[in-house]
Amino acid sequence: MSVLVYIPQDSGALSMGANAVASAIEKEAAKRGTAIQIIRNGSRGMYWLEPMVEVATQKGRVAYGPVQVRDVGSLFDSGFLQGSKHALSQGLTENIPYFKNQERLTFARVGLTDPVSLEDYVTLGGYRGLTNALKLTGEQIITELTESGLRGRGGAAFPTGIKWKTAFSASSDTKYIVCNADEGDSGTFSDRMIMEGDPFTLIEGMTIAALAIGAKQGYIYLRSEYPHARRMLDYALHKAYFDHYLGDDIRGSGKTFHLEVRIGAGAYICGEETALLESLEGKRGMIRYRPPLPAVSGLFGKPTILNNVITLASVPIILDKGATFYKNYGMGRSRGTLPFQISGNIKRGGLIEKAFGLTLRQLLYDYGGGSLSGRPIRAVQVGGPLGAYIPESQFDTPLDYESFAANKAMIGHGGAVAFDDTVDMAKMARFAMEFCALESCGKCTPCRIGSTRGVEVMDKIIQNRNREANLYLLRDLCDVMLNGSLCGLGGLIPYPVLSALRHFPQDFGVKSVAALNLP
Amino acid sequence: MSSSAISRIVRELKDKPGALLPILHSIQEELGYVPEDAVPIIASELNLTRAEVHGVVTFYHDFRSHPAGRHIVRVCQAESCQAAGSADLTAHAKQILGIDFHQTTNDGSCSLEPAYCLGNCALSPSVMIDKEVHGRVNSQRFDEIVEEVRRS
Repeated sequence: MSVLVYIPQDSGALSMGANAVASAIEKEAAKRGTAIQIIRNGSRGMYWLEPMVEVATQKGRVAYGPVQVRDVGSLFDSGFLQGSKHALSQGLTENIPYFKNQERLTFARVGLTDPVSLEDYVTLGGYRGLTNALKLTGEQIITELTESGLRGRGGAAFPTGIKWKTAFSASSDTKYIVCNADEGDSGTFSDRMIMEGDPFTLIEGMTIAALAIGAKQGYIYLRSEYPHARRMLDYALHKAYFDHYLGDDIRGSGKTFHLEVRIGAGAYICGEETALLESLEGKRGMIRYRPPLPAVSGLFGKPTILNNVITLASVPIILDKGATFYKNYGMGRSRGTLPFQISGNIKRGGLIEKAFGLTLRQLLYDYGGGSLSGRPIRAVQVGGPLGAYIPESQFDTPLDYESFAANKAMIGHGGAVAFDDTVDMAKMARFAMEFCALESCGKCTPCRIGSTRGVEVMDKIIQNRNREANLYLLRDLCDVMLNGSLCGLGGLIPYPVLSALRHFPQDFGVKSVAALNLP
Repeated sequence: MSSSAISRIVRELKDKPGALLPILHSIQEELGYVPEDAVPIIASELNLTRAEVHGVVTFYHDFRSHPAGRHIVRVCQAESCQAAGSADLTAHAKQILGIDFHQTTNDGSCSLEPAYCLGNCALSPSVMIDKEVHGRVNSQRFDEIVEEVRRS
């Protein structure tokens, strides 16, 4: 009987040479006349070990990593197919502390198996949520979701049940389900991992959303930077159609849902929901005034549920195991789990799905192992390019939406980017403004003009030209952008700028910013 | 002949709801860029003004109005990669290729572009060459992977 060998095909693993490792292992096995079966699974999310090769043994799956082509010969010599010791041994995957201590609900299946095997998906509990949903009315589905406490995982944390209820109550013959897969925030990759590692979960979540509000058409708006995710989604969609999990008669229920992937074109602003809708309609990604909300008048003017990948991918487990099961994870008003992602200057970067409530320090040190450079971690940007920089003094704040908001910060999509003590925070503040200028859609003045003026003011501060007056100007500019912008790009870009200034004034050439009375 | 290819693509896709982006992607996939003379053809088929089509082509970073090199080399400039040394890597890339961002090498092999997150942040800094992402790229690895594609 052939030995099962798992080699990830996640694009992170591929970026470290997983394909070359897979073919080297295949060749070596053939050369030695050993029968193996290679399964290209998703990533377990422990990226510093990628490519992480796993071998199925009687005791469980044994991990080796990071494996390079030059290691393959010695792995065979040491008997890795029986799970023997090797310099790259990590022991049983399930016992690696980084993995063992997680609470994987949304990511339960990611990394276990071939992501586009529908058979494996069903064997591992997939489509149980849909099976239950098919027996419920739309109102019952929405009630379950509301009771679970699930909030939008894209960053805004809006209660998902309320959004769905609004779209449900809007009367229209045509409704849409749109998935926001325009994961543009630096430091975030959980959407990509789901789409590459368990695409059926997303498809199932969207199908349940369609049943809930009576939508017949859905779109996944995927960023163009993720060609591998597109390949996986296309495979998965094809299989779901073939087995009638999508199409005109879903599993014999008579219900219809069609799903299509659409590709973005490199505009960060299209991660904003109304800009995304404009882009899907074939227009410039300019944001829309709200109201009306997309749930009332969204894609092509029709009621639309627009949710992030992780939000939709969390729906199946809620419909499978029930609202109470999900709600029992988390703290305060942040219920369930969040796939946190740690990256940047970090020793063990990766994805950690945990209930809300752990701290940044636990993420950075217990999981991340400190900085990659070995220097002290000085600042952490949480929540993408629009998120605040957190200083060491706040590393013990629990990760929940409200606690972070109280610190004028946000959790956003759950990404944390670590910087060591060589970082220049004035430069990072300038970069935030520069990024905003590059990606502003141009619709509102505070964002369009403010970001460019922000770069100029930062340049003057850095060059010590009339520094004090320019710091006041920067404060006022941030205040205008915070309160006067139409959407979260211009409205949140002051977060990284002001937090850098508040917590690291010395990088801006001043001892204190108390006199500035920062907003 | 590019205009016949453009007309064919437009005819194939124009009945999709929100067809313009799929059309532009398809043209760029086939021709390597979206030529100026595609704009009036698309406009007339989709019943849009040329200004509207031009506005969309120029709004998105992905669409090019001129041919690029045989390979697109994108170096991530976003925060996670910055934290892991992308500024030095970018300077190295520009020096080795002898070009700045948005330019193409003299031999026509590579165009250099910035990227703002490739979703490979746990393995920063990242570089994408055509559709392949490379993680933990230092100067030496950059030279190796670029040399490999330049030869192809």
